[in-house]
Amino acid sequence: MTLAVILKQVPDVVEELAIDPSGTDLDRDSVSYVVNEFDEHALEEALLLREATGEDVVVVGVDTTGELDQALYTALAKGAQRAVKLVGDVEGSWLSTRALAGLLAPVIRELSPRLVLTGVQAPDDLDGQLAPTLGALLDWPHTGVVVGTELADGLVRVRKELWGGIMLDLELATPAVLGIQAARATPRYVPVGRVRQAMRESTIEEVEVETPVESAPKLSRLRAPEAAGRAEMLTGSPSDVVERILEILRARGLY
Amino acid sequence: MAERILVLAEQLEGQLTDVTLELIGVARRLAAPRGSTVDALVLGEGVSALAATVPADRTLLMEHPALRLFNPEAAQRALEAVARETSPWLVLVPNTSLGMDVAAAVATRLGWPLVAYCQAIEERDGQLVATSQLFGGKILADCPVGTDHAVISVLAGAFSSEAAAPEPPARIERLAPPAELDGLRVRAVGLERPEAADVDITRAEKIVAVGRGIESKENLELAEELAEGLGAVVAASRPLVDAGWLPRSRQVGKSGLKVKPRLYLALGISGAPEHLEGMRDAELIIAVNTDPKAPIFDVAHYGVVADLFEVAEALQERLGG
Repeated sequence: MTLAVILKQVPDVVEELAIDPSGTDLDRDSVSYVVNEFDEHALEEALLLREATGEDVVVVGVDTTGELDQALYTALAKGAQRAVKLVGDVEGSWLSTRALAGLLAPVIRELSPRLVLTGVQAPDDLDGQLAPTLGALLDWPHTGVVVGTELADGLVRVRKELWGGIMLDLELATPAVLGIQAARATPRYVPVGRVRQAMRESTIEEVEVETPVESAPKLSRLRAPEAAGRAEMLTGSPSDVVERILEILRARGLY
Repeated sequence: MAERILVLAEQLEGQLTDVTLELIGVARRLAAPRGSTVDALVLGEGVSALAATVPADRTLLMEHPALRLFNPEAAQRALEAVARETSPWLVLVPNTSLGMDVAAAVATRLGWPLVAYCQAIEERDGQLVATSQLFGGKILADCPVGTDHAVISVLAGAFSSEAAAPEPPARIERLAPPAELDGLRVRAVGLERPEAADVDITRAEKIVAVGRGIESKENLELAEELAEGLGAVVAASRPLVDAGWLPRSRQVGKSGLKVKPRLYLALGISGAPEHLEGMRDAELIIAVNTDPKAPIFDVAHYGVVADLFEVAEALQERLGG
């Protein structure tokens, strides 16, 4: 049996994000891509489960960036056994969650994993999170905001975070789909040399997929948040800034 | 046409969550000009007293042992069945840990469009537009919403709960649970509440909050010293807590705690929407971050674009001196 991990590359929100002239997508040429942070946690959680159960880990992704290989080889270098890349006429496009889940569902079904793990959410999943969408399409049990997992006979025990530190413990019959919020350990680091080794020694399996007819999220425009509520900026040297901060605190009786 | 709006009420152990009232408030505002009525769906077991307090036009109450604790599969089946039955033009679900399990799954099953992470719903040129927060809060997406079925999952804290004033008293209708609730593949085992913390950040008057910009666990010492100098306590954004540098009880945000101190000094926090949800109501927010476009500056009263260490060290010098 296997554990399937779905990886998605998303625009790096630490970088400046520009909107393209159509107004309905980012300027994809200026975007730099990273693996969705929560997907990195999903991979880590799967690798931890592998250490406990010996399950194979297969990483799966739809290549919308032309750069997915790097992410898949990195996952192989970290300890995944297989990598599957879905390719088609989807490069450079912003796939809605439902379109993404639609492409993934038959491939996942074919892999017949014990568990599917992916990130709890992504910076661009306008029409909702992948785990519940895929769970609904496959009609498999699913839950998100997961911070811990344990595999048992025919089921997976998960710890789901609610709010204010309250945790909900659930048992889901397998196969199940989990949206991982945080792995039990910080996602492992892998040196570049090991990634290069994976590139030399392993192969990424490719699956051709047909582009869905309606693949983009439905929106009329993207825009930057209005600057109305923006902070008054304090400028000058660190000591100037500190004097101003202390003045502000003094005026309010906070210092 | 636009007859009903359905709100998924969220409750935990018989307590209605704040976001439920926020959703009902929005639903009322949208319902009035369209002549719609607002239905609230309460799921649980032994929650009829709670159902009587929900300020909707009609409260739909479904009770079943599988709904006692939150069970994502049971909630999904229940909401799906009720949506099929009542055919609302709009379904509002909280974008919380519980609502996220339900909204996308139900929308997918019904084939209805979903707008997630919604922070505003407005009428523009005769068209209803839901605005969603994407890309870490750096970009907003305006999404047209039609009147032939849509699901919107709404961020907690985005709307006021005052518009949900309880008049007239709710009419309660008890619904039979769908048969699927008897053969679930998910079982809710139990809840665990956090142990009493050394410091209760929700009661702190002043908070020095640190984020990823602090770079290493060792650097937390600087934050501790600053906090001591200011008579504040140290809190953090999620990544630091996940890394194990600070206990969960110090985490501010959607999955952590909501704080409202007199001073919130944010050091190296970019201000992801999930973090802002927990601190935007602080009386005075001063933020230090290297990225001039960091969303934290949208909620801060004062901002400094600088290396946090330079500012923190200069401040520490003044406080220590």
